[in-house]
Amino acid sequence: MAKQVLSCTVNDEPTETLVQPWDTLLDALRERMGLTGPKEGCGTGDCGACTVHFDGKPIASCLLLAMQARGHNVRTIEGLGKPGALHPVQEAFVKHGVPQCGFCIPGVVMAAAALLEENPRPTEEEIRYGIAGNLCRCTGYTKMLTAITEAAGAAAGRRS
Amino acid sequence: MRRFELVLPESVEACVKALAQGGGESRVIAGGTDLVPQMKNGVLKPARVIDLSGIPRLRAIEAGNGQGIRIGSAVTARTLELDRAVRGHYLALAESGALVGSVQVRNLATLGGNLCNAAPSADMAPPLLSLDAEAVITGPKGERRVPIAAFFTGVRRTVLAPDELLVELAVPNPGPRSGGNYVRHTPRRELDIAVVGVASQLTLGSNGVCTKARISLAAVAPVPLRATAAEQALEGQPVTPERIARAADLAVEAAKPISDQRGSADFRRHLVRVLTRRTLTTALARASA
Repeated sequence: MAKQVLSCTVNDEPTETLVQPWDTLLDALRERMGLTGPKEGCGTGDCGACTVHFDGKPIASCLLLAMQARGHNVRTIEGLGKPGALHPVQEAFVKHGVPQCGFCIPGVVMAAAALLEENPRPTEEEIRYGIAGNLCRCTGYTKMLTAITEAAGAAAGRRS
Repeated sequence: MRRFELVLPESVEACVKALAQGGGESRVIAGGTDLVPQMKNGVLKPARVIDLSGIPRLRAIEAGNGQGIRIGSAVTARTLELDRAVRGHYLALAESGALVGSVQVRNLATLGGNLCNAAPSADMAPPLLSLDAEAVITGPKGERRVPIAAFFTGVRRTVLAPDELLVELAVPNPGPRSGGNYVRHTPRRELDIAVVGVASQLTLGSNGVCTKARISLAAVAPVPLRATAAEQALEGQPVTPERIARAADLAVEAAKPISDQRGSADFRRHLVRVLTRRTLTTALARASA
């Protein structure tokens, strides 16, 4: 079985990558493109550590076959902000020292960034619902809520 | 994951052709949220996987001229949750979409996948049963329509032949003065599987008399089922709290639950009574609004 060519846009760059038919998008990002921000936690869509944006929407990249991303737009944590120009969610996570072990953080940040894109002023309930698919084994949820709430205010301020 | 050949059709016709060539060794993949974990843990080892994501018709929602809605089988749970046409007349279905997995899963998981995986607890099945939906199926011999009540044949079994594809769901518009509601019980609020799910749909005449009642149950039998005796107890008269309580008792009799790690048979019967009462009460309020 031959490798197939995956043509898609990753972090705003059009890319062509050779992938195996059974590679997941997460495999392709980590193993073939060197983007190790998205993590493999459970590999079954339960933990959210592999969250990336797929045409702007958060998905579990461990469940999508890599070739299913052909023609689509993928954004990983590497393409969310840059040093010196972090995304408001990243700024707030740094300011509040949210990461403990850090493994879940790229996924949480991507889920939170997608939430704020869709709903710039979420209630606490909506934030909880928005990151319900992200498990933090350090149980650092309280600081996440604080940081995402603050980021929502900052993002809304930047828009106006 | 065990190796497989991946086929990328761009039309329903090409997909059906690929299925016919597979000789039963093929599996179609849409969101992958059920299939990929089963392939990773070795429960499923298909030689060929056929991807549905490149077929535009399967992702379409057509709400034509108020007669009803046609929802492509690869429409995601997240789209069902948010789509204005679905929320407008088919709110119980939107509610079931909102309950599946997390947002990361809902952006992948599809209506067709939920139905074809045919778990007794499938959340999208009860609302479709209560809305009298039909499955539109295509195969080598052409298209056929199957009432959703006849679509499920057992645990993880459907009427689909190995060379057939579920293309879309045709859902008639329940009309004005109709309201529906889907509720399930899970120990956790998110990322859990229904211990019991109930979808009710009530349609009222201009005089307030119930012209049509539908009550459908998930996770209380090998297949999702309707509580027809409970429905009949409501039709032809105004819906009162007493009649809702009577219908909830009758719904319990329709349930044939088992005891498993999610709940005992007795607990499930209790849940059927409670959730039937709650969903009927909400459906009545929505139909009257």
